[in-house]
Amino acid sequence: MTSSAIAVSGLRKAYKDKVVLDGIDLDVPAGTIFSLLGPNGAGKTTTVNVLTTLVKADAGTVRVAGHDVATQAKAVRAAIGVTGQFAAVDELLTGQENLRLMVDLSPVPARDGKRVVTELLERFDLVESAQKPVSTYSGGMRRKLDLAMTLVGNPRIIFLDEPTTGLDPRSRRTMWSIIRDLVADGVTIFLTTQYLEEADQLADRIAVLDQGRLVAQGTPDDLKRQIPGTHVRLRFTTVAELDAAARVLGDSTRDDEALALRIPSDGGTRSLRALLDRLDEYAISAEGLSVQTPDLDDVFLALTGRTTEVAAK
Amino acid sequence: MSTKSHSIVMLRRNFKHIARNPTSVFNAVLMPIVIMLMFVYMFGDAFNVGVDYIDYATPGLMLLAVCYGLGSTATAVNSDMTKGIINRFKVMHVSRGAVLTGHVIASVLTNLVAIAALVGVAFLLGFDPSASLLDWLGAIGVIVLLGFAAGWLTVALGLFAKSPETAGLASVPLVMLPFFSSAIVPADKMGPGLREFAEYQPFTPIIETLRGLLNGAPSAGDAIPALAWCVGIALVGYLWARSTFTKRA
Repeated sequence: MTSSAIAVSGLRKAYKDKVVLDGIDLDVPAGTIFSLLGPNGAGKTTTVNVLTTLVKADAGTVRVAGHDVATQAKAVRAAIGVTGQFAAVDELLTGQENLRLMVDLSPVPARDGKRVVTELLERFDLVESAQKPVSTYSGGMRRKLDLAMTLVGNPRIIFLDEPTTGLDPRSRRTMWSIIRDLVADGVTIFLTTQYLEEADQLADRIAVLDQGRLVAQGTPDDLKRQIPGTHVRLRFTTVAELDAAARVLGDSTRDDEALALRIPSDGGTRSLRALLDRLDEYAISAEGLSVQTPDLDDVFLALTGRTTEVAAK
Repeated sequence: MSTKSHSIVMLRRNFKHIARNPTSVFNAVLMPIVIMLMFVYMFGDAFNVGVDYIDYATPGLMLLAVCYGLGSTATAVNSDMTKGIINRFKVMHVSRGAVLTGHVIASVLTNLVAIAALVGVAFLLGFDPSASLLDWLGAIGVIVLLGFAAGWLTVALGLFAKSPETAGLASVPLVMLPFFSSAIVPADKMGPGLREFAEYQPFTPIIETLRGLLNGAPSAGDAIPALAWCVGIALVGYLWARSTFTKRA
């Protein structure tokens, strides 16, 4: 077990009567990306808070970088970097001053400080706005600065709590490529997210958290096997049409209430054309067609039988 | 060694904040002067306090100046807490005291600047204290001690409050308390109930100590309760701040 960057067993945490984490076990090998997937209120942030020494667990053992978070908090803190759910940047300081502040508070020797700051500004494409106060930064720039601040001191294990929540698609992709680069350098990443796509894109292993329990754990492919894959949804105007289509398209699921048919598909143009050709051949016309990719809701429905809205309560 | 150097880094950060956020300076430095002008010019002649009103009111207004600075300290501490900046420092293993000490020292130094400005204006208005150099040093000592005590209490309030707005609101009683003391008018001129409150609340002995020092006639009868109150408030504030800092994530 020496290659485990993070090892958690039997982790429990309650606030007063409310159980937030109810026996979590997980293991993250060094140099990999681990993603904790779950809706709001599932306990993701509490997990991160315990793993990063901010909150004490009620029970269970948590070892990060080989050190116990309860008894060797100092050693854990020296090995980790944490980017919280909300960009924890100092709005009244400039980007450069924020980074400088991190350098001054970290064990980085003062003579290297300037170089470290310049390198991070360049790496995160923040050179142009380095002298501007952070209050003028966009959401994406704040997140980048936040992550840059986390990297001061070169931590080997990085915790990212919902690093892309609230970001536009372009900033999200930038963030993803930054995260991939970090792992290429051998850093271990513990990431929480509400987005299945994000976990799928980045993670080597995913654990699904629901009401303080892990309901599934495995590689993205393992997980996707357990949930309905990408499919095409056809809507019809009459039951007769629905019946006809269901006969023609063998491997499909009916939804009589919505007069819809669900057909497994990879969503590619070739398979779509084949599907449409087949409908044409039998002179069946659908009122509407949509290609649906599974989202967190589908994962939850498949794994827990509930939607995320119920789970969040 | 690291606590000291981290505290200096934090203090530098707090000063940059003050310099870039002029409204906090307005509240801390200009408000007490505005209040002084108001009381001395508008109401001063209406009060009969036995001495020149400016001589009576200045020590009380010095205390008011300390309290006015606290609102921005509470808000600053709270926004550090709620925006996750304190958590960031906590997981970086910044020495625990440094974050809070930085805020307290910045608060005390802001107080001193505000009071220097206030006393300067008071002199222009005819303030004529009969204090010796030693009395002045004593007065400054009392102010620093009070600023330190109230600063810790305010930091605790700031850490405890749910949002910067409630943190600002929580410091309002501290700002109002001087008005219900002997700061503006002598306690024995107040109505029943209020009079007893004014006589026994912590700020009255502190103000009377300042008044005594500035008139060149310090009294131990005021100074001892004043010091006891300051030490008590500082201790409560410090312990409360420390436990909230450790617990809240």
